[in-house]
Amino acid sequence: MSAVELAGLEKWFGAVHALDGIDLTIDDGEFVSLIGPSGCGKSTLLRVVADLEQPTGGTALVAGKSPRQARVDQEYGIAFQAAGLLEWRTVAENVELPLQVHGMGRAQRRARAAELLELVGLADFAGSRPGQLSGGMQQRVAIARALAPSPRLLLMDEPFGALDEMTRERMQAELLRLARETGAAVLFVTHSIPEAAVLSDRVVVMSPRPGRITEIIGGCRPGPRIGDIRDIGDIGDIGDIGDIGDIDDVRESTAFFEAITAVRESLRKAHS
Amino acid sequence: MVSRSRSLLTAVAAFVVLVVLWEMAKLLLPADGVSVGGTRLLPRTGDAAMPHVWTVLERLGTPEVAGAGSRTVGAAVASGALFTLGLALGGLVIGGVFGVLLALVMARFGLVQRAALPYVVASQTVPLIAVAPLVAGWGGKIQILGWAWQPWASVMVIAAYLAFFPVAVGMLRGLTSPAKADVELFRSLAAGWWTTLLRLRLPASVPHVVPAVRLAAAAAVVGAIVAEISTGTRGGIGRLIISYAQSATGDPSQMYAAILGAAVLGLVAAAAVGLLDVGLKRYRGSVS
Repeated sequence: MSAVELAGLEKWFGAVHALDGIDLTIDDGEFVSLIGPSGCGKSTLLRVVADLEQPTGGTALVAGKSPRQARVDQEYGIAFQAAGLLEWRTVAENVELPLQVHGMGRAQRRARAAELLELVGLADFAGSRPGQLSGGMQQRVAIARALAPSPRLLLMDEPFGALDEMTRERMQAELLRLARETGAAVLFVTHSIPEAAVLSDRVVVMSPRPGRITEIIGGCRPGPRIGDIRDIGDIGDIGDIGDIGDIDDVRESTAFFEAITAVRESLRKAHS
Repeated sequence: MVSRSRSLLTAVAAFVVLVVLWEMAKLLLPADGVSVGGTRLLPRTGDAAMPHVWTVLERLGTPEVAGAGSRTVGAAVASGALFTLGLALGGLVIGGVFGVLLALVMARFGLVQRAALPYVVASQTVPLIAVAPLVAGWGGKIQILGWAWQPWASVMVIAAYLAFFPVAVGMLRGLTSPAKADVELFRSLAAGWWTTLLRLRLPASVPHVVPAVRLAAAAAVVGAIVAEISTGTRGGIGRLIISYAQSATGDPSQMYAAILGAAVLGLVAAAAVGLLDVGLKRYRGSVS
């Protein structure tokens, strides 16, 4: 089964045609980025999948269900650009929030939160207040929170947009590792071409007015996560994959630059 | 703890400064006040208008009226202040509960908010002096399950009438304060209205509600005192101030003793709210 299946998706905001005939399928465990200029509908697309917006036409299936049912069943976790942690809760209590809302027992969710904080490397900060953490750490807490109910799908709307470049690169490596370890599919909205190229199995390039998919580009990221490789360049000299340390090798590989070039040209073509 | 003892120290220092200013005015300014061409710019400072601080304190310990068996002024002021404090706190609780409920309904139903908010604001522009006799008049005609309406109940209702407003407005502001992203996060978690209220809106409203309750406490005290005066309710500090004021020419320190009692009353009410603040400390941070 696919994590997400969109067919002929339409979205109008009054007279604005935000999404026009979107067809997109995301397989389980696949990492897909949405990229495009402001107003191309990439956030709207993510919000339709999250059931935060209702499509005007077409069909959307998330984990084989309606987006609404998928939301109720916590099939997806979501992270926004702002970490959005609740200031009056400790870091651990913030991670526990989705589990608490769904009525999981205290001891059980304590244990799950500890496990997740371990996963994002913040075990020592379980009792801290969000305000005591740096921006990158807060975003890691938000990701841990999104992963708390073990979702099949992770929706991320420019989650690293407010971070500095160094933190951002570290977070990207972290996110890839988490996605691999949890086996969750990721739908990732970004402005950054290198970010899309380094993270994604596939990069979906979109154009505005009306919001359309202009091209889908197989990424450069090595490591077949779900079987087949969808790369565009030659990745022969990158070597063996599987270890998370390889993301920095990716950043220096020819394939990475080729993917960047491909995405950039596609964006330029869509814009002209 | 350090900041708490420091703020207490500041409060005491402010009181000392006030006493010193009072006595300095008596010492330095002429007893007849300062007049320019028949217009008085500064008040008289003689003992009849501004008694010494120690005279006022002394008066607290002496009997209310000459003769054996009369209670001291201090005892009268204390019992009056306590009576009024009870009414003011009762009014604060009633007004607070009503204000919170009103804010919840307004936050839940946009239509109610648009319909009710203008009246909520208008309710506070009606002069209290006009409302008080009305409430007392209506109250006099009410009997609830054999319980006849008492004058003090009118006072409590008027105190509540003043107290509900800041609570309702502050609470509404607090309930609507969470960022859109936070509300959407709860929606993505499939949290219902009640869960969102309990886990997001109520905690987020605390920084708005605590100052509102502090305002409401002050308003309830003022409301109770004014209501006592305008409804002629006996037993409270409001009535005491009036009856002492009538003999102020002969015995000014007695009236000041009652005013002092009213001031202490306000401080006690504010301190009670301060306790609330301490209890809710963890919620004081704002939502980022």
